[in-house]
Amino acid sequence: MDMTFRTFLRHMREGVKSIFRNGWMSVASITSIVISLFILGVFILLVLNVNALADKADSNVQVSAYLNLNVDQELRERVEKEIAIMPEVKEIRFVSKDEGMKDLTESFGTEGQDLLDGFTNEDTNPLPDSFIINVVEPTTVPAVAQKVESLNETYPEKPIMRVKYGEGTVEKLFEITKYVRNIGFIFVAGLGLMSMFLISNTIRVTILARRREISIMKLVGATNTFIRWPFFVEGALIGLIGSLITVGALFLGYSQLHQALIGDITLSQSLIPLSEIWHLLGGLLLLLGMLIGIWGSTMSIRKSLKV
Amino acid sequence: MGSDEVIEMQDVWKSYPNGAHALQGVSVKIDRNEFVYVVGPSGAGKSTFMKLIYREEVPTKGQISVNGFNIGKLKPRKIPYVRRNIGVVFQDFRLLPKLTAYENVAFAMEVIETPTKQMKKRVMEVLELVGLREKAGRQPAQLSGGEQQRIAIARAIVNNPSVIIADEPTGNLDPETSWDIMQLLDEINFRGTTIVMATHNKDIVNKMRKRVIAIENGQIVRDQVRGEYGYDF
Repeated sequence: MDMTFRTFLRHMREGVKSIFRNGWMSVASITSIVISLFILGVFILLVLNVNALADKADSNVQVSAYLNLNVDQELRERVEKEIAIMPEVKEIRFVSKDEGMKDLTESFGTEGQDLLDGFTNEDTNPLPDSFIINVVEPTTVPAVAQKVESLNETYPEKPIMRVKYGEGTVEKLFEITKYVRNIGFIFVAGLGLMSMFLISNTIRVTILARRREISIMKLVGATNTFIRWPFFVEGALIGLIGSLITVGALFLGYSQLHQALIGDITLSQSLIPLSEIWHLLGGLLLLLGMLIGIWGSTMSIRKSLKV
Repeated sequence: MGSDEVIEMQDVWKSYPNGAHALQGVSVKIDRNEFVYVVGPSGAGKSTFMKLIYREEVPTKGQISVNGFNIGKLKPRKIPYVRRNIGVVFQDFRLLPKLTAYENVAFAMEVIETPTKQMKKRVMEVLELVGLREKAGRQPAQLSGGEQQRIAIARAIVNNPSVIIADEPTGNLDPETSWDIMQLLDEINFRGTTIVMATHNKDIVNKMRKRVIAIENGQIVRDQVRGEYGYDF
């Protein structure tokens, strides 16, 4: 049976009215959707940020090996070759002390020029020659560093003055990333279960309330489609309201967090700006909210609709 | 089948999964414009008899036709369309609790996609007929039992059905209110609607004389024109 436009409008109207008629039941449904989506949203933000942090760290993880001043070109090339054949090493680049000074000058910018003034010529340059080593797998950084350092044991000249890499922050970061991911999953699985329970409970209560109503509608000669539509609209709207509240709360909280972290430059800069993720996260949560709402209301009437 | 028959049952049997044999070989014809009381002890099969007419139940054996439709063979998809030509009234009113009196009556017309203007006019018309025009905006909980039953009757007749099935319509009402409801049903019957009413109300059956069908142990034991109640309960 084709639905007339009038009946379509009627279903829309009834769906909206029903939210108000059901009062506290609607509030309960919206609340359970808000809780579930909020948990999910927090988790998504967490994962996105941790991943971004890990990515940033990935691109940063290099090992710097500074050479002793007594290392000549021949020895340097031997050491370079030896490091280059390590399986974990992607590339190795030699940075002479002049280049090192140039890099340093650049990174200091115009204001820092004065500071370095006296050190820039060849004789006064205090920097050592160094290798910049990039590894294939970021997690192997500490191992590579150690291997490079132990070259001092094979060469009596002890060519390596010092090996530097993130000084422990890399290990810590990977540790944290691992924990956040694991704990995050457990956390979300648990809370997800709880919210499923919450939603299905809300549905169960509604089933009871609606069974009688639906049987009355059928006695008057309403088709299943006719009965279903307003519930469908109601479910979608409840989901939409719930997800709008969630998205609002989530974004507000996130920007507050951003504000609070502004004092700490490294932390606030490592947080992904809201402007980069709001449309994706917002869209996802709105869509999910409506799907949950529709699913819930469909579940709550399905049994009662059976003839 | 004659064109005057609204309801016809031929050797209808109904057993429930729990083994109860509610109806055992019932045959009956009810004509257009008749007013029929269905009487008998509790559990004799009255309710099953009524439910088979509005297709709440399907016969185990036998044939039922209502308005020319073979009810027992009806596809589930078609049930709503048959019900639209049968008005039902119950002891417990069965109004939608969150809708107003007006909305309850209008619902039956929305179902058949009546144009809004026509619907408003007709709903007010039947509310007028049952004497509750002024209480159109109230919810069932704000109405007395008698008033709720009037709304239920208004809903049952709003689409001009050919037959009204009333299962103990006065069962929850005091004697005075019951009489008001009976006057209303009589009026509706007078206007051309067939009425089949199951009842335990001896007073009503004996004072407002109509055809009486008595069911005992799943069988019709008596079928009288202008009959009487015939039991002490």
